[in-house]
Amino acid sequence: MSQEPADLPAWSLPAGAGERISIGVDWPEQVTRDWAFGDSTGKGVRVCILDSGIESGHPRVGEVDGSVAFHRLEDGEFEVQEDGEGDLCGHGTACAGIVRQLAPECSLFSARVLGAGFKGSGPVLLAGLRWAVEQGFDVINMSLSTTKRQFAELLHELADRAYFNNTVLVASAHNMPVESYPWRFSSVISVGSHEEPDPMTFFYNPSPPVEFFARGVGVEIAWLGGGTILSTGNSFATPHMSGICALVLSKHPELTPFQLKNVLYLTANNVGGGS
Amino acid sequence: MSDLRAAVAAGALGSEEAYRELLQSIVEVARAIFGARASSVFLFDEESDELVFEAVAGEGAGDLIGQRFPSSTGIAGWVLVTRQPLVVEELDKDPRFAREAAESTGFVPKGLMAVPLLHEDNSLGVLEVLDRPQKAAFSLAEMELLGLFANEAAIALDLLLKARAARGVLEGEGGEADALARFAAKLDEAEPERREPALQLLAALDKLL
Repeated sequence: MSQEPADLPAWSLPAGAGERISIGVDWPEQVTRDWAFGDSTGKGVRVCILDSGIESGHPRVGEVDGSVAFHRLEDGEFEVQEDGEGDLCGHGTACAGIVRQLAPECSLFSARVLGAGFKGSGPVLLAGLRWAVEQGFDVINMSLSTTKRQFAELLHELADRAYFNNTVLVASAHNMPVESYPWRFSSVISVGSHEEPDPMTFFYNPSPPVEFFARGVGVEIAWLGGGTILSTGNSFATPHMSGICALVLSKHPELTPFQLKNVLYLTANNVGGGS
Repeated sequence: MSDLRAAVAAGALGSEEAYRELLQSIVEVARAIFGARASSVFLFDEESDELVFEAVAGEGAGDLIGQRFPSSTGIAGWVLVTRQPLVVEELDKDPRFAREAAESTGFVPKGLMAVPLLHEDNSLGVLEVLDRPQKAAFSLAEMELLGLFANEAAIALDLLLKARAARGVLEGEGGEADALARFAAKLDEAEPERREPALQLLAALDKLL
């Protein structure tokens, strides 16, 4: 049902043209969890894990549909290469495992911007995010942030580009008194942790900038070497929200990030989803 | 050497020790507040791409300071690169981690809480709190509390790095400036009866040069 952006009036709407922008979502009287993601498996949704890579063949993760890394050239630009390194630190594998648990049939991709010589913050993070936005993934999971102010403006541009290109950027909030990005931008879905044990429990936060709270405490995560371990952190709340986004988008692929955020709001445990 | 330069040099020599003490006090307090077996601060050495034990309280104190490991590995490495606080439990059940921890630090924690040390734009290191015999898992409120401590530790670490950089500049000048700075520091601390003849000697030296 989705229309090509080129068909739509860009800057204004002529008289009587409302039909041309009819919304292809059959909204029910009440948006319930069953309507939003009941029976969904995440099938058809492409999720990119922008992180430290993914350990291939980990039982919690299963098949990964593609892995890339970013190689810095002499001129400072980055070249995208197939990545055979896997995951040297384990963070990306843990995030991928959580998305897979919630959305078992989604397609997972790895874009490695951490580890193996990368300090994470800065140019490689931007290069990775730019690539992921250009690829048009449905969901990008970012369980990381940068405190470098000089990258904030570029990150903001990329976050807005993702938002208008129908790519949902799900980013970990910081539960520390520091300024960091991109989670503070309103075009992303920012995630903090709650202490409930149910992976499908999530809350809308009426006092942003953190917009949603998802499961982030005592989570059994994929651990390097095929095992699992218990862990706590917003890093793991974020992929829970990414997984839920994948479930909704699988059932309602026509939703824009704006609409998806509304569905998440309406189905949050402290709004309509708890009843 | 101008008075200002002497003052800076004396400060650089004395302050490194003071900032080390401040860091040590931060890990001691963190350990006490969380009732933990140990607490450590790691400094990120950008040049060698390694994390270095800079202050340790409790288990491992005394032996670990100065030990290094690659910055992109281990839980401290995760926290450094992702800049996100993290708790990991049941570490002793992971044979690979247990072996590596035992080899590098001499003991295997069951659980740990780690936060990045962020100052201005930089990720300077990591603060960790390990094991609490009296309590099971770390809570979110405790993570936030450790985050506040991290702010303090990050400022102390930043000052320590600046003091070291200043010292490096002094030592880089063939040791002469270092010797003069030490002299300035000693003069500053000297009792009046020693200070007076020392100043007279300096005046004579000044005339000679």
